[in-house]
Amino acid sequence: MTESATPAAPPNDLTLARAIRDGDEQAFEALVRREHGSMLRFARRFVSTQAVAEEVVQDAWLAVLQGIGRFEGRSSLRTWIFRILANLAKTRGQRESRSSPFSAFGDDEVPSVDPDRFLAAGERWGGHWAMTPASWEDIPEERLQARETLAALRSVIDTLPPMQAEVLQLRDVLGWSSAEVCNVLEISETNQRVLLHRARSKVRRALERLLGDEERA
Amino acid sequence: MSDRNEMTCAELVELVTDYLEDAMSAHERARVDAHLTDCPGCSNYLSQMRTTIRVTGALTETAVPDGAVEHLMEAFRTLRST
Repeated sequence: MTESATPAAPPNDLTLARAIRDGDEQAFEALVRREHGSMLRFARRFVSTQAVAEEVVQDAWLAVLQGIGRFEGRSSLRTWIFRILANLAKTRGQRESRSSPFSAFGDDEVPSVDPDRFLAAGERWGGHWAMTPASWEDIPEERLQARETLAALRSVIDTLPPMQAEVLQLRDVLGWSSAEVCNVLEISETNQRVLLHRARSKVRRALERLLGDEERA
Repeated sequence: MSDRNEMTCAELVELVTDYLEDAMSAHERARVDAHLTDCPGCSNYLSQMRTTIRVTGALTETAVPDGAVEHLMEAFRTLRST
């Protein structure tokens, strides 16, 4: 996977990188505040403890500072930073002899929807809904995005297999493009889509359960 | 619903991401669209998936502790002065 696989950096990224290279403290601080939390969450899935993840992210920032003069804008700055981070986190995880999340690709091939929700294959409408999904169109946004709902979704994402969680986090929480995600995680577009599909399907199920529970309450 | 080649709902739910990512052939897309036209359940499902993506996008990170930022700023100054 090469840098050319992703769209070129936004112009601001080059300006920002040059400012940091030239010693602009505020520019660096702004970048740290923007990316640090996501980096910590990213690194945490590769290593055994939060403390180790914090060390890895600190190391990544030092590597970013040392290498910022070499950033040429062939990828976005965040992709470039996360590639550095991914390498450090993977190496650290291997040294801890954790099984790599990268090897756990085909780990849980479960149907996106509970098979009981569909009519049995032999029946006339086999494979069609037995219990139709509800419309969520009338659910107010405040309820969907209530603090408890978001906290519950966060827990669900944290229990996904690591690579599914990484892909969902980068794509749907942070809004990265699929090309950026493939670049950082060094996976193919197809694998990325499979991981995203499994992750999204599970989060939808969780949300359905949450909303259903609220209705019964 | 007499066409034997018709897609089932169980098949459709496995194609939703390819559909949303626009990663399917025109033929496959037409099959999905045809199914969606006739099936309120799957239309709801697709809409639920879009809502799921939107709600996931509302998750945020907690702010970086000032201590961690300060530590990095010190490293930044040290690197600059060497």
